[in-house]
Amino acid sequence: MSEMIAPEKVAANKPEAVQEVARMNQLAGPAQRAESPLHHADLGTIAQKGPKNGGVTLQEHKLLGHLVIRGSQDNQAFLAGAREALGFDLPTAPLSSVQQGDRSVRWISPDEWLLIVPGEEAFDVEEQLRAAMGGHFAIVNVSGGQTVLELSGPEARSVLKKSTPYDVHDRNFPVGKVVTSVFAKTQAVIRRTGEQSWELVIRRSFADYAWLWLQDASAEYGLVVKA
Amino acid sequence: MFYIYCPHCGEHREEEEFHAKGQAHIARPADPDSCSDKEWGEYLYFRKNPRGLHHEMWVHAAGCRKFFNVTRDTVSYEIKEVYKIGERPSVVAAGN
Repeated sequence: MSEMIAPEKVAANKPEAVQEVARMNQLAGPAQRAESPLHHADLGTIAQKGPKNGGVTLQEHKLLGHLVIRGSQDNQAFLAGAREALGFDLPTAPLSSVQQGDRSVRWISPDEWLLIVPGEEAFDVEEQLRAAMGGHFAIVNVSGGQTVLELSGPEARSVLKKSTPYDVHDRNFPVGKVVTSVFAKTQAVIRRTGEQSWELVIRRSFADYAWLWLQDASAEYGLVVKA
Repeated sequence: MFYIYCPHCGEHREEEEFHAKGQAHIARPADPDSCSDKEWGEYLYFRKNPRGLHHEMWVHAAGCRKFFNVTRDTVSYEIKEVYKIGERPSVVAAGN
């Protein structure tokens, strides 16, 4: 009986099969309309008609290309391939990030990175990474699954203090540091992008919750929405 | 609340980010087809419940999502040691 249910061991005999993965450009064409997870919130109108001054500014960076890159730091062909395709090294120090122009990479775990590029470049970058990298690795386009929010202003840190148990003091959270932590009752990848600005990568299914939470948490400081 | 050290992130994080995943160092029978029902049953269902030092697996669920081992005193809840999967604990109970 156990022989019948044992999985076939083909991958070990056919190393070339490892590279045969389904790839497609996930960018919406003219036939489909791309919508951010916060489309329904109509941030554009709020930005026009809402308050112009306040302690916290919120801006959504929507429809960017999000690529999850996984591989071992012991695999030199993987690290060298990333350097060749991106023009910079994947940050191997825990909780660090790299920003180069409109491309940014966040350390997520010792074998996982989140690369964010302009939406229309995502597929090209994925193809370049696949061509340059060797050995065992994985690249997954998760652009449709999450979105990026930028919190800035003198009170942005106060909003974070209410939202996450992580210590966001200067001493513990310098510019460039990135942590994945609890955010309200969901999770977020939180990166400090400047003295007064922070980037949140949030899940699509929690985007509405995070938006409602942020409105409530920043109400006392005054929330400005930027388009 | 606890602050628990994550050996992958390299810093202490709030307990809220972690989940306990039960006893560590449970070896799967090397050849399940030829082990006895008793061996398989003990592998699947029987766990230690010591009063004192306990080696447990934890996962940094809301952080880096990696598993690691924790040696914890079940009486005082004090965490004696944190070490990665595949490493040997340096703090062990007498007679273990």
